Amino acid sequence: MSDRTRIENSFSQNAKVGWYLAQRDLKRANKWTTGLIVLVMTFTFLNLVVVAGILVGLIQGSEDAQKKYAIGDLVVSQFLNMAYIEQTPKVSDIVATIPGFKDETVRYSGSAQFESDYRKTINPGELHGGIGGTFLGIDPDQEQKFSGVSKFIIKGSYLTEDDQNSVLVGKNLLYEYTPIDAPGFQNLKNVTIGSRIRVTVGGNQKEYYVKGIVSSKVDEFDNTVIGLSSEVRKMIGRTDLNAGTIAIQLLPGTDPVAAKDFLIKNGVGQYGRVQTADEALPKFLQDMKVTFGILGSAISGIGLIVASITIFIVIFVNAITRRRYIGILKGVGINRRAILYSYMYQAFAYAMVGIVIGMFLVFGVIKPYFASHPINFPFSDGILVADVSGTLLRAGILLITTVIAGYIPARIVIKQNTLSAILGR
Amino acid sequence: MLQAEHLTKTFISGDQKIIALNDLSFSVPEGQFLTITGRSGSGKSTLLYQLGLLDIPTSGKVLIDGVDMVPASENERTGTRLNDLGYIFQDYAILPSLTALENTVLPLLMQGYKISEAEEKAKKALGRVGLLDRMNNLPSQLSGGQQQRVAIARAIGHDPKIIFADEPTANLDSETSEQVIKTFLDLNKDGQTIIMVTHEPEYAKMAHRTITMNDGKIVNDVLNK
Repeated sequence: MSDRTRIENSFSQNAKVGWYLAQRDLKRANKWTTGLIVLVMTFTFLNLVVVAGILVGLIQGSEDAQKKYAIGDLVVSQFLNMAYIEQTPKVSDIVATIPGFKDETVRYSGSAQFESDYRKTINPGELHGGIGGTFLGIDPDQEQKFSGVSKFIIKGSYLTEDDQNSVLVGKNLLYEYTPIDAPGFQNLKNVTIGSRIRVTVGGNQKEYYVKGIVSSKVDEFDNTVIGLSSEVRKMIGRTDLNAGTIAIQLLPGTDPVAAKDFLIKNGVGQYGRVQTADEALPKFLQDMKVTFGILGSAISGIGLIVASITIFIVIFVNAITRRRYIGILKGVGINRRAILYSYMYQAFAYAMVGIVIGMFLVFGVIKPYFASHPINFPFSDGILVADVSGTLLRAGILLITTVIAGYIPARIVIKQNTLSAILGR
Repeated sequence: MLQAEHLTKTFISGDQKIIALNDLSFSVPEGQFLTITGRSGSGKSTLLYQLGLLDIPTSGKVLIDGVDMVPASENERTGTRLNDLGYIFQDYAILPSLTALENTVLPLLMQGYKISEAEEKAKKALGRVGLLDRMNNLPSQLSGGQQQRVAIARAIGHDPKIIFADEPTANLDSETSEQVIKTFLDLNKDGQTIIMVTHEPEYAKMAHRTITMNDGKIVNDVLNK
């Protein structure tokens, strides 16, 4: 083999000539056709990223809300066999010394019976609205600072330190907002601002005015009746300051695992259970996220197949209609690999432009838009989950698929007899 | 330098076996201008395609510098076409999406020249056919004669050993045809081997040698000068 033959058969030489041809083909291609192909690529990329991202985002929105408003970055809770965190004030003091500590809120809670409409009944045993649930005690100022819960009041107003006789009611406990009337699943009817509900915890019973109704899409608030911590402690019979949970927020960039280790090292582990938010979140949320991710990927996969077929058809039609062009190239000595590479470059270029536009739309428009205007789902504020590594992976999959979809038809046409192609036989 | 030995090409059409080339043997020495004439269907173009490695004969040999190219692989034949042969087709066969310069540059790039070197050589070839001022035009912006001259520039740009021309004047007016033939004569004067298929007896006579074909056979092989 001569030096020249070696050169023209080398990968770099074929790649160079392929690129030369592709550049010119792309530059002089019909702009409408190019625009259409790029549009298909852009939508395919968006389909790949956004469909799965929204589905996962439904759960992610719920998780984020749980972390932001209920659990924080780290949570100390009572052991399963205990009703409270031992030495809560001491634990609270230690929490405040975590490097990167931002804020904390101490919550008291107890199982309670809530009743409405009980004043309309006369005879003992006569039926009226009543459900079991959690009576959550908060320090209004501390809780407001921590979770900003007052912004979730959809009717009425937030608690103050003087509201010993008032409570906030989560919307899931109220028929007006969450109409449930199935055996075993009922909630309170005819409750509105100013209504009285009766709370019973063990042997203690007290009537409270409903001061506000909470709708936060966070179970911690929507499924509970919230009162002052002093009231809840009285009702559940706590004479000390030992609480049910301490939710902790850390400064941005602080590692929750390191913060957890800090608490364990400082003895908090003997008083209560220390968990990071990821550990404390219900496992079913993670499972749902995985399931929705798979579902999203399956739907996106269909889009990917459609895009591959589109590129296959575009390149195939292009190659078939330019059969003579390919024949001439081969006739004048252009290596078939160089011709093949030119088609692969073109497919790559279409996909790349589509991906770049798609990336801009995802990170520059869609993601910021959903962050500021979440999708209003009944159980969460849906966001778009699109991290850079996952998006790049999808971009890579689209690129590879497109290049393969460009390679196959070009190869079929290039394999045809050179003379027949030139003569159009 | 170019030899055909017992070259035979047959086609099957339905039940019929058509003998397009019937046991042809001849050689073309370096620097010769050979024309091939004959009636339509006599096998002129088929012979040119076999000699130019665009097609594979049914039997026989095509030797270029003593090497039989018939059993060569597709890659080797493509490489030989690139490095040693140049083609000019009846309908020009230049690439419509490339300018005159790019059409001429392409085989040089494939040979491994850098773009700047390839463009330099291509410009020289275009200058030789008088098309330097139209080098950035696309084929659609050129006349038939100009397109044929681009094809000639592409064929000579990489200094091939042999140029094959298949009825290069068939689609041109007489004035342009004469220009094309004059270009061939000039190239041949510089030592370029040329094998040209033509219908025109007057152009055939301008070459050193003329082969006349009929029914796939050489019926006449004469030296003109």
